[in-house]
Amino acid sequence: MSSHQPLPPRPRDPVALDDRARDNLRFIRETMERAGSFTAVPGWGGVAMGITAFGAAAIAARQDTPLAWLVTWMIEATAAIAIASWTTYTKARESGGSLFSGPGRRFVYSFAPPIFVGALLTLFLVRAGLTGTIAGMWLLLYGTAVVTGGAFSIRIVPLMGLCFMVLGAVALFSPASWSNALLAAGFGGFHVIFGAVIARKYGG
Amino acid sequence: MAAKSNAARVERDEKSKRSVAPARPAENATNLDRLIHERTRLAIISALAVNDSLTFNELKQLLSVTDGNLSVHARKLEDAGYIACAKSFANRLPKTEYRLSAAGRRALEKYLDHMEALIRATRER
Repeated sequence: MSSHQPLPPRPRDPVALDDRARDNLRFIRETMERAGSFTAVPGWGGVAMGITAFGAAAIAARQDTPLAWLVTWMIEATAAIAIASWTTYTKARESGGSLFSGPGRRFVYSFAPPIFVGALLTLFLVRAGLTGTIAGMWLLLYGTAVVTGGAFSIRIVPLMGLCFMVLGAVALFSPASWSNALLAAGFGGFHVIFGAVIARKYGG
Repeated sequence: MAAKSNAARVERDEKSKRSVAPARPAENATNLDRLIHERTRLAIISALAVNDSLTFNELKQLLSVTDGNLSVHARKLEDAGYIACAKSFANRLPKTEYRLSAAGRRALEKYLDHMEALIRATRER
């Protein structure tokens, strides 16, 4: 290893005023984007998703065939996605940011891959007749999506993801008959609890 | 202790800037708002512009600044009427919440206009 000479003092270039101005504008935009992540996740939307999940769990528990059970939860997933999209969109608009600017885009990019894997695995497990393992897999991958998506958000978001992952791990090693209760606890309970905290502390 | 010395340093920086560095004429001519030109204060204003309100701790975490630094700069903005500060208790812990005032929002808009004007002016030259 060669020893480095200390760098000579940098010549003080006169920085052009417009460069300085551009730099200031960039700084403001970046701060706003970072600060925007404080509110990008909708609290009340989470509560609403939790309530529909409780309903879905009650309905799903009464289904006789795995297919009817799966369809019930698929409908719930669609409803949850609709609620999440709408509330995130309105919350982003209210706080003056766009869903597709920095934090929103980052969230979607890191949230989507685990969800896609979840959809693919659902297809595979249904075809393999392993419907009993689906609940654990859903909780685990949804938790993963929330942890990675929420890594840049307020700390409570990845914490919620972690709770989902723990519950998913428990579900994987639990009897299949517990599926509905565990799904209700996760998609219902966690969403309502964390949603209410986010709504109360982070404005909506 | 650390917070205090930090606060003192900020105060000192402000003073030295004011006394040593001559204001650049181009900025002076158009009345640059020195109060929000400073980075930490600009960051506070920008963060509050996209949030209804933020607590002291949220701002501290968001901007990665020390307690002393944040409180000194927030105080300056508060004194200027750019932000409003509400103190309360949550679970017996003191909670300080900041909001951007109408004057603060106007000041930020003016500052943005100013920066855009600077860029435009250089381009036309």
